[in-house]
Amino acid sequence: MSEVPAIELRQINKSFGPVHANKDIDLVVKKGSIHGIIGENGAGKSTLMSILYGFYHADKGDILVDGTKVTIADSKAAIAMGIGMVHQHFMLVDNFSVLENVVLGAEDSAMLAGGLSRARNELKRLEDEYELRVDPDALIQDLPVGLQQRVEILKALYRSAEVLILDEPTGVLTPAEADHLFKILNVLKDEGKTVLLITHKLREIMAVTDTVSVMRRGEMVATRETRNTSMEELAELMVGRSVLLRVDKTPADPAAPVMEVENLTVTDSRGVQVVKDVSFSVRAGEIVGIAGVSGNGQSELLETLSGIRRATTGTLKIAGETIDLGTSTLDAADMRDKNMGHVPEDRHRMGLINSFAEYENSILGYHRDPAYSKGLLMDIGAIKKAAVEEIEKYDIRPPNPMLKTASFSGGNQQKIVLAREIERDPEILLIGQPTRGVDIGAIEFIHRRIVELRDSGKGVLLVSVELDEIRALSDRVLVMFDGKIVGERGANAEEGELGLLMAGVEDSQMSVAGGAQ
Amino acid sequence: MFETVILMMDATVRVSTPLLLACLAGLFSERSGVVDIGLEGKMLGAAFGAGAVAYVTANAWLGLLAGISVSVALALIHGFASISNRGNQIVSGVAINFLAAGLTALLGQTWFRQGGRTPSLPEGGRFTDLTWPFAEQLREVPVVGPLYSELLSGHKILVYVAFLAVPLTWWILFRTRFGLRLRAVGENPAAVDTAGISVAWMRYRAVIACGILCGFAGSYLSIAVGSGFGVNMTAGQGFMALAALIFAKWKPLNAMFTCLLFGFLDAAGTRMQGVELPVIGEVPLQVFQALPYVLTVVLLAGFIGKAIPPKAAGVPYLKERS
Repeated sequence: MSEVPAIELRQINKSFGPVHANKDIDLVVKKGSIHGIIGENGAGKSTLMSILYGFYHADKGDILVDGTKVTIADSKAAIAMGIGMVHQHFMLVDNFSVLENVVLGAEDSAMLAGGLSRARNELKRLEDEYELRVDPDALIQDLPVGLQQRVEILKALYRSAEVLILDEPTGVLTPAEADHLFKILNVLKDEGKTVLLITHKLREIMAVTDTVSVMRRGEMVATRETRNTSMEELAELMVGRSVLLRVDKTPADPAAPVMEVENLTVTDSRGVQVVKDVSFSVRAGEIVGIAGVSGNGQSELLETLSGIRRATTGTLKIAGETIDLGTSTLDAADMRDKNMGHVPEDRHRMGLINSFAEYENSILGYHRDPAYSKGLLMDIGAIKKAAVEEIEKYDIRPPNPMLKTASFSGGNQQKIVLAREIERDPEILLIGQPTRGVDIGAIEFIHRRIVELRDSGKGVLLVSVELDEIRALSDRVLVMFDGKIVGERGANAEEGELGLLMAGVEDSQMSVAGGAQ
Repeated sequence: MFETVILMMDATVRVSTPLLLACLAGLFSERSGVVDIGLEGKMLGAAFGAGAVAYVTANAWLGLLAGISVSVALALIHGFASISNRGNQIVSGVAINFLAAGLTALLGQTWFRQGGRTPSLPEGGRFTDLTWPFAEQLREVPVVGPLYSELLSGHKILVYVAFLAVPLTWWILFRTRFGLRLRAVGENPAAVDTAGISVAWMRYRAVIACGILCGFAGSYLSIAVGSGFGVNMTAGQGFMALAALIFAKWKPLNAMFTCLLFGFLDAAGTRMQGVELPVIGEVPLQVFQALPYVLTVVLLAGFIGKAIPPKAAGVPYLKERS
C-alpha cells in the first residue's frame, strides 16, 4: 500500500465531562473509496466525524489529510482542506433558495450578484457531472427531503470537497430515494472522491461500502473489507455479543377484531387533510404494521386513535362500542379506559417527563388507577413496588426507580414506556417507532415483547418508518402515503414492493413500475 | 384643505423618523436572531448622551456621535448577555430599558441639576432644518410648491438619513454577503456555523448596527426635534418601533410604510385634539395612541396575514453535543 490515505486519524480522544465519547481512535480512509462507519447510537460515530469536520476539537490525537498532519480549528478549516459534510439534520435555511444555500459561506465577494451567478453555472456543471438535478431557484421548504439532501451534497461539492462525510443519510429517505443516493455515492467514488458513510443500518453498509469500521462505546473495535464480512459479524461487533437479527415468531392466529377504524379523516391546524378516509381493522392476536415515510399521516393517525388529536370524520369500534370520532370528546385517558395502550412515537415529547423519577413515569396516564392511591394522596409505596417489578421484568438498567428518566439510555427509556403500557394489560396496543434511537440489544428485547403480547391474544398496531422493523414484526402491512392507505400486504411482503408503495406508486401501476425495475 | 393635508403629512414624516430608525435597528438585530426589546432603552440612552454632549460642546455632530456611542455600548451589553453568555434576550432587553431609564435621570440630575433634564441647547448644539435649493422661490407654485418646500425640504438631516436607510437596509439585506449571512443566522444558525462562519461575530455585528440606528433615533429626539434631553423623553417609542417591526413582518420597505402609518396616527391624534366630530364628539388622544398597538395585536391574532418572525429569533445558539 503505497498510496497516501485521504484521511488518517491517530489516537483520537474526546471527552464530554465524564463521558469518554472517543477513546484512542485510529482510522485510515483510502482515497477514492466508500468507507462505512457503523455503530449503535452513542457509540461515538457522530462525535468522531464532528472532530474531523472541525465542529469539536479532539482532546488528544492527530489528524492527517493526504498524509499531512493538520489542525482543524473550525468548519472553515475543514472545508478549506476539502472535507465536506452532509449532516443528519440538514444545515439548510428553509426560506432561502437552493442557490442561496449553496453560496452561503462561499460567496466570493462582498456583493452577492457575482457569487450567485458563478454558483448558478457551477451547479449546472455539477448537475451534469453527478446527475444531481435540482432547481436552483426553488425554496428549500418546498423541496422533499430527498432533494434537500441533494442540496447538502451540492453544497459540499461546490466547496470542492474531496472527502464527503454523510451522517445517517438515509434516515429520512424512502428506500427508492436511498437507492438513488447510493448511486450518487458510487458516481462520486468513480470521480475519485472519498466518501465516509456513518450509519447504524447494516444493510446500507453491505450495499454500498468498500470498507467498514465498527465503533462500540467510543472505541473503534474493528475494520473489515466489506466483501469479507457479513451482517451477523458486524452486528456482533457492534453490540459485543451475538444478536438475533431476525424476530422469531410463529404465524399469527388472529381472532375477532379488537379495533375497527372506518373512514377516518383528520385535518391539521393548517387546514390540510393529513389522514384521508382511512379504514382498517386490527384483530386479536395479530400485529398490523403501518409502513410509510415519515410525514405521511401515520403520526396523526396514531394521535387521533389514542385520543390526543381530533378527527374530522370517522368511526372507531372498540371494546364493543361504536364511537363517532368526528364528534367524540374522548381524550387519551378515556381511550386508556377502553383498554387501549399507547406507546407514543416520541418518548421525550409524549412518553416521559424526563425530569421525573422512573417510578413516577411508570404510572403516567394511569395515575388515577385506585391501585396507586390512598384517598386523596398517591400511594408511593404501591407505585414503587409496581415500578420495581417492571424494572426486573423488562431488565431496565440501572435498576433504580428513584432515578430521573433523563439518566437512562434511549433503549431503557423506551423499555420504561413499553413496560408501563403492556403491564396494564391492554386489549389493543398502539406503538409508534418502538425502536427509534434504541440500541440493537434493546431492539431485540422490545421486538420479543411485542410478539409475546400478540401471542397472548392482544391486537397490536405498529407504526414505524423502519421498513425492516415493519417486515420483521407485522402479520399484515398497510402502507400509508399522503394520508391514504395505498396498499395492504401479508406477512411476507417484498421489500421492493413496499418501497414502491411508500413512494406513492399505486397498486394499479405496480406491474408497470415493477417491470421497469 | 390641501394645506392641512400637507401639514399633516409633514408632521407624519417628523413623527415617523425616530420610529423608523428604531424599527430598522430592531430589524437588523432580530433578523440575526437576537430579539431586542431594549430599543427603548437604547434610544433613551442615546437621547441623553446626545443632549449632554451637544450642550457641553455646542456641537450637534459631537452630540450625535455621543448618542450613537451610548446606544452601541448598550447594544454590546445586550450582545454580551445574549450572544456570549446565551442569556434570555427578553430579560436582558428589559434590564437595559430599566438601566437607561434610571441612569439617564440620575446622571442628568447629578450633572446638570435640572430635575434630570439637560439644559437647553446652545446655538450649534442642535441640528437645523435643511432647506433645499429654491424651496423659498417655489413655495407659491400651486400643488408642487407646498409639496416640495414643506414636505420634502425643510427637515433635519436625520430625517433624510432615516428614509435613505430604508433602501440601504434592503440592499444590505438582500444584495450583499453580509445580508445573506445575517438572514441565515437568524433562521438557522447551525447552517451558518457549519458553513464556517462565526455565529457570534455575525450577531455582534447585527447588534452593533442596531445600536448605531438606535443612536440616530435617540439623538433625533434630543438634539434635532427637541432642544435638550428630557426625562423619559422616548415615551414608549421604542416599543412602538418593535410593534411596527412585527407589523412590517421584518421587511425594510414594509417598515417604512408601517412607521409612516403609526406616525400618521400620532399626528392625527395631536391634530384632532379639541376637535368635535359630528355624532361621536371629541375623540380622546389616547385612542390614537393606542391604535398602533391595537393594530399589531389584530395582526398577531392572524386577521391581517401572518407575521412569521425569523425562526431562530430569541434562541441562543449552542452547539449541540451530538
